[in-house]
Amino acid sequence: MLIYVGFVIGIGFFLSRYMKSSSDFLTSGRSIPAWVTGLAFISANLGALELVGMAGNSAKYGMITAHFYWVGAIPAMVFLAVFMMPFYYGSKARSVPEYLKMRFDERVRALNSVAFAVMTLFASGISMNALAKLLHALLGWDYNVALWISSGVVLVYVLKGGLTSAIYTEVLQFFMIVLGFAPVVYLGLKDVGGWDAVKDKLALAATNPVHLNLADTAGKTYHPYAWSSAWKPLLDGPNQNAYGLDWFGVVFGLGFVLSFGYWCTNFLVVQRAMAARNMSAARRTPLIAAVPKMLFPALVILPGLLAVALTNIPGKDYRIPQALIESANYPTAIAALNQAVAQKAKPEVASAALTQALKKAGNSVGFNRAKIEALLKDKAASPIPDELLKLRLQDAVNNDYDGVIFSLVKKYCPTGLLGLALTGLLASFMSGMAGNVTAFNTIWTYDLYQAYFAPNKTDAHYAWMGRFITVAGILLSILCAYVAKRYDNIMDFIQLVFSFVNAPLFGTFLLAMFWKRCTGTGAFLGLFGGIGTSVLVHGLTMAEGKGGWLGVDLYTFNSTMAQNFWLATFAFTSCFLLTAGISLATARTKTDEELKGLVYSLTPKIKHDEGSWFLRPAVLGVILLACCVVLNLIFY
Amino acid sequence: MGLDIRWPIGLMFSLIGALLTGYGAWTASDSKMYQRSLGINIDLRWGVVLLVFGLLMLLLAWRGKSRYQTPDAKPTGTNPAA
Repeated sequence: MLIYVGFVIGIGFFLSRYMKSSSDFLTSGRSIPAWVTGLAFISANLGALELVGMAGNSAKYGMITAHFYWVGAIPAMVFLAVFMMPFYYGSKARSVPEYLKMRFDERVRALNSVAFAVMTLFASGISMNALAKLLHALLGWDYNVALWISSGVVLVYVLKGGLTSAIYTEVLQFFMIVLGFAPVVYLGLKDVGGWDAVKDKLALAATNPVHLNLADTAGKTYHPYAWSSAWKPLLDGPNQNAYGLDWFGVVFGLGFVLSFGYWCTNFLVVQRAMAARNMSAARRTPLIAAVPKMLFPALVILPGLLAVALTNIPGKDYRIPQALIESANYPTAIAALNQAVAQKAKPEVASAALTQALKKAGNSVGFNRAKIEALLKDKAASPIPDELLKLRLQDAVNNDYDGVIFSLVKKYCPTGLLGLALTGLLASFMSGMAGNVTAFNTIWTYDLYQAYFAPNKTDAHYAWMGRFITVAGILLSILCAYVAKRYDNIMDFIQLVFSFVNAPLFGTFLLAMFWKRCTGTGAFLGLFGGIGTSVLVHGLTMAEGKGGWLGVDLYTFNSTMAQNFWLATFAFTSCFLLTAGISLATARTKTDEELKGLVYSLTPKIKHDEGSWFLRPAVLGVILLACCVVLNLIFY
Repeated sequence: MGLDIRWPIGLMFSLIGALLTGYGAWTASDSKMYQRSLGINIDLRWGVVLLVFGLLMLLLAWRGKSRYQTPDAKPTGTNPAA
């Protein structure tokens, strides 16, 4: 198998040498069909993080995760294609920050660059964390060792020249992941017995959710369809879905703010469409990408549901992965538990004491409150033998949903296919790390350091700075990886980062593109205020024991995702209102003539210069939206 | 000269597909190994799928090469709609 993995990696290296630079892609983008730019567009979004994160998410929250696709992504991609792309492409800007500079001024661009730099660090840290977990789960490496080794590899890789063909590698990895993982889903579905059987088993899980080790499921049950339906659990109200949200929180927070924010302002994604050969191709790019995106839940959401279903089939010997209590640490854990029983401690106090005691022993695990409560009750009633106690303690450890994909790969892949699946995941995480560190390096050195701190230095100076900042970037990413590790699902954390960066930015862009009165000062202060609002709300509220770092807990959300959606909503709204208000109070600095091509009302309507009527973005968009409605109805 | 992305995709999956098919055929008698995949020789089956996919990509790239040989594209930076 090693030979096989080596061979596949060898092919990757051979190809990446052959393809010198991303500009290769740009030139070929002008001579090959538009579906290729669509593919590049979707590849920037769909890597291993999406697979691991979304599968974990659907295990944790159920079918409502599909809203990321059928309420969020698809409408947002259609909006990008029909309404926003004309200005991105028409402005001749080569990147999202560059558009902001043309539309407003340097300040807005700089703020956006800083926010984006921070985001790349987190993105790289999240990939590192996922990779270390993968190595831990499948090869048994220690998490910390795996983290530092992979960081070392990436450091050498980036210093030696970095990613020279990011787009090509991403597209290849996209296919590797899709084609490497599809048979696992097929086998899993066959094993459970088809979709109807999955639904039956999910009903068992929903009516007895303690199996799922959710954050707080003491005595709580859901309707049988809570994990297998997309809409019904939401319409039943916050008590009946694992997000703990009503439909508005999801439709506005996720569907409108987070999704539109991601698809319409994310530098890495939008960039791909800007490389298209002409306006029509640029606008068709997100629409073409929307087709695979719409079908992706089959590959990324179904595995999470399968994992929950398998947990509820006796004899399948499957459990959603957890962090392990090391055998040497059981005496410590049992002692802490005994103490809690003696003190008649409340379950949350006992859970915290257990976590604390094990943390001292270097074993970081969290405990499920409901299960600890039951354990305390049983133990107080009658003594439990140590062997059984060990099992129950381990069973009470919180789930680690990121492990869902790894565990399914391990369960169903024989040697051979295993190599393919592993290589895909490994390569994707590695390039996720390297790509983001490289992006961080570029933004810091050229967009910020050269532009504002030390202009007119020698090339050698900037090269030195680049190397220095790569090392610094990797160290900061490691820090972010440890923050990410605190989350039991990386998608929860990714969306948190997005709600800081993308959500307010979407407010800025809406006003920038559709309101010519919007001023630079308004946009700058509004964006600043929007990001500040996110930070403030996160500091003042809690979810699953996280947030609330300002020391005051004004409100506790039912789930991390609920907190993310509301953070995004607040950030967007405050950015939008502040930008609008301050714009009205300040004078315009750009004339109508300067804003031509950048703002909706000042840009001539596009003439359809290419293709038949049914290839027009608006027509394609309506077709895509109709398909989306149908999917929503099927899984209602 | 840019490289049509279908070439590397096709090349890579033809190779991986051929390898996986070969490996699946070679280990076909090892029923213990395939217990994991519910008794299905998934290596052989999926190897064939990947091989077909890879070859299809190569075919499309080869056909595309003759069709898109003449560069009819506009130079970078021009924008037909502006």
